[in-house]
Amino acid sequence: MKKAFLPIAIVAAAMFAYAPIAIDNAPYQSTMLLIQKIFYFHVPSWVALTCALTVCGVASAIYLFKGSPEADRYAVAGAELTALFGLFGLASGMLWARKAWGIWWEWDARLTMAFMLELIFVGYLLVRKFGGPGAEKLAAGMGIFGAATAPFIYKSVDWWRTIHPKTSVVRTLDSPDNSPPMFHVLVFCMVAFVLLFLVLLSLRVRLEQQRAALDRLYLEEED
Amino acid sequence: MFIRTALLVLKKDFAIELKTGEMFYTTLLFAVATVMIFSFSFVKDGVPIEGTAAGIVWIAVLFAGNLALGRTFERERYGETIRALLLSPAPRAAVYVGKLLGIVLLMVAAEVLLVPMVAVLFQQPMFAQPALLIAVFLCGTIGFAAVGTLFAAMLLRVGTRAILLPIVLYPMTVPVIIAGVLGTSALLEETPNIPMARFWLALLVAYDVVFVVLSLWTFEPLMTE
Repeated sequence: MKKAFLPIAIVAAAMFAYAPIAIDNAPYQSTMLLIQKIFYFHVPSWVALTCALTVCGVASAIYLFKGSPEADRYAVAGAELTALFGLFGLASGMLWARKAWGIWWEWDARLTMAFMLELIFVGYLLVRKFGGPGAEKLAAGMGIFGAATAPFIYKSVDWWRTIHPKTSVVRTLDSPDNSPPMFHVLVFCMVAFVLLFLVLLSLRVRLEQQRAALDRLYLEEED
Repeated sequence: MFIRTALLVLKKDFAIELKTGEMFYTTLLFAVATVMIFSFSFVKDGVPIEGTAAGIVWIAVLFAGNLALGRTFERERYGETIRALLLSPAPRAAVYVGKLLGIVLLMVAAEVLLVPMVAVLFQQPMFAQPALLIAVFLCGTIGFAAVGTLFAAMLLRVGTRAILLPIVLYPMTVPVIIAGVLGTSALLEETPNIPMARFWLALLVAYDVVFVVLSLWTFEPLMTE
């Protein structure tokens, strides 16, 4: 991942620089007009969150069963990024809701569940911070369980009547009567967010590696 | 062997409980107190606000469950018996199942008390569909207790466990809370909404299967130092 870091960072930066232009060029959605543009950052942030969540869940399981400290570093990084992208997704969603539905918040299934997912991962970070010795293992358990709750959250929209658009809305964007550029711009932004996620992930993992190396050096010095 | 160990752990907890009664009485009293507190918020001009009964029962039960979870493992820690339990040549998952059964039984006891109480105090037709109501409560309790038992056990070695347990547990069990409350209130409608209740029951069953399996799978490595 070290070698790929610079190219990925450059591509991500270039894509984010171009993203506003691409979004501006995309056609207006028929009912929401300008407001709908937030969609191009709102949905990708949840896509990035899904990536972060997967990394956290898988890394937690590897750490728990194999005990590799490297996996634990990925788990922390994944959990922090889950909290970060979740916060961004919630904030952008609230802004959008204010304009589209006229309210900041609606207690429907998806919003509530997304909020709870955010709470789980804030809880994860609290456990890490205040858990004392052995907190890594506890956090690993939370990472696995948090990742397991995610499918319930994802499906909640289809299960519960809701005013949030169904997840199938993304597929309708690609239909022939809809202008294809909308779908392309969305995919463009998704890729940009996933690249951003990769950049942040590798930075965060490197930070943990340096911390571990520093601790090791201290211990050697003391001996 | 597995089932026998689980039942032995349950029997041990049950024997202690019969002698002291500390968890049973405190948990039940706490649950009743919670319902009374709700009566201040959800009764207007002497009449209960419509549609709040399901939420009241569930929140009271889950709060009481949280209390019981903390207590059952605190006792093991206090007597240093958790080490003995884990060192014994029994499958760890069986220890987990035994503890889980104990918590489920205690929470069911709280429900047996609370459901009729809310039915009377809030004038709710709780027993219009007894079979479905029992199924919803049982599945919801198992889901909550499955996650709760695992996390309470994990938190044993952490100093700040009393505060961390609810922080960790409630967000994690939100699907149970939502499905339990909505499933129950579907049954409390004037004409019980059976398909709706069935649907939430199905979600609870799915949740139970996923999280019980996950707990059995992770209990051993999580409890290994």
